[in-house]
Amino acid sequence: MEKTVIDTANHIAAYAAKAARVQVVAAYPITPQTSIVERIAELVENGELSAEYIRVESEHSAMSACIGAAAGGVRTFTATSSHGLALMHEALHWASGSRLPIVMVVVNRALGPGWNIWADLTDSISQRDTGWIQFYCADNQEVFDTIIQAYKLCENEQVLLPAMICLEGFILSHTYMPVKIPDQEKIDEFLPPYKPKWFLDINNPLSHGNIVTPDWYMDFRYMMYEAMENAKKLIPEIDKEYGRQFGFEHGELVDKYKCEDADLILLTMGTIGSEAKVAVDNLRREGLKIGSARIRVFRPFPTEEIRKLAENTQMFTVIDRAASLGMEGPLATETKASLYNQEDKPLIAGFIAGLGGRDVTFKTVEKIAKKSLEWMKKGKVEKETSWVDVRD
Amino acid sequence: MGIPETCKEMPVTTLSTPTIGSAGKTGSWRTFRPIIDNSKCIHCLLCWIYCPEGCIIRQEDDSVKIDYDYCKGCGICSNVCPVKPVKAITMEREEE
Repeated sequence: MEKTVIDTANHIAAYAAKAARVQVVAAYPITPQTSIVERIAELVENGELSAEYIRVESEHSAMSACIGAAAGGVRTFTATSSHGLALMHEALHWASGSRLPIVMVVVNRALGPGWNIWADLTDSISQRDTGWIQFYCADNQEVFDTIIQAYKLCENEQVLLPAMICLEGFILSHTYMPVKIPDQEKIDEFLPPYKPKWFLDINNPLSHGNIVTPDWYMDFRYMMYEAMENAKKLIPEIDKEYGRQFGFEHGELVDKYKCEDADLILLTMGTIGSEAKVAVDNLRREGLKIGSARIRVFRPFPTEEIRKLAENTQMFTVIDRAASLGMEGPLATETKASLYNQEDKPLIAGFIAGLGGRDVTFKTVEKIAKKSLEWMKKGKVEKETSWVDVRD
Repeated sequence: MGIPETCKEMPVTTLSTPTIGSAGKTGSWRTFRPIIDNSKCIHCLLCWIYCPEGCIIRQEDDSVKIDYDYCKGCGICSNVCPVKPVKAITMEREEE
């Protein structure tokens, strides 16, 4: 039976792993992710979740164990954060290149030094080119639903790639919110058991990840590129199907809010997208035509959706809770790249805010929007990248 | 299976099934050659267990032969041979 629970995004992520009937969990604790794997350990211990729980000595080993398990043909889950994710980096490539549909929750946290355990997307953005699908969530319900949706997506034969479900440390990870957990039978119907395309089988021996010469390597990479393109088509379909079954949709690739007539659209990821919706409502009361577009999926990047949004608006303001040092906010870069070959491009201004867990509230977003509107009236973005509230 | 012409005919990732000599006759890589002295061999089969390339061939009577087509001459068989004072498998330099 469907039930509503009030809990943190981390515990909700553990319940989603249970609802997805994951068979192997290999994980290593790191703040602010720890309460996910702690809760899963409890669920395995008390028999609520029938899974093999592997305690490992590092995140590199956690991902390697997940790769082994997934290569054995079972549904696999892990979770990490920040430096743990950075340590996994090499194994992330092995997971995607082996085309294993591992799902991992990344609780976004800043990288040191200075030692900082608070929200910042730099950890997962740094893994952009590993061939992992990346979802970014804005609330606890979306965390639950996206984990279930991700298994459905990743295990699809047209995709067969792993996915990160990203949620911001503390802002979501340790914040209690009501979440509807659908009936288990219905989840099982939506997400049937994993049928691997290939797996390690003693009766039919094979090995994977062997040497591949220059003559063939690029073709395997091209297949991964195509799989990402397929994912881009499937994500909206799966989100809609989930919505029909369970009543929650999260905006497919881009969660759009009041964009139809907007002169200025705020592009965000994660929880800043929720604040942006409040800012949009407040500014609209002042007669300002503002909209919000929260990017749910960073890889594959929703280029076509960005182009469509650009057709009817004068300006994009991109707010990044990450900085690519030496360039700009990563979402700003991707947005500009998506539009370069288009005619009649909107103005694009980049803002970097909230690094290392600094609060970004609707008031911050309103201030950013008002600055952007000044530039929009002048027809010129006076500062390519602005660091919000920095002591410059 | 022939050589694929498009990605659609390729496996989804680099999967290999066991085949003999897919990299050619690797015996040509050898610098040192293991030589078995069957009069010393005690049929313990340690060399057969330890050979990383499966190049020690076990015979009916548990005596062993070496597959020189693929033996790369790593010397592990000689190293693990417990026979004393002279091992039953010794390594000799290949002729140039």
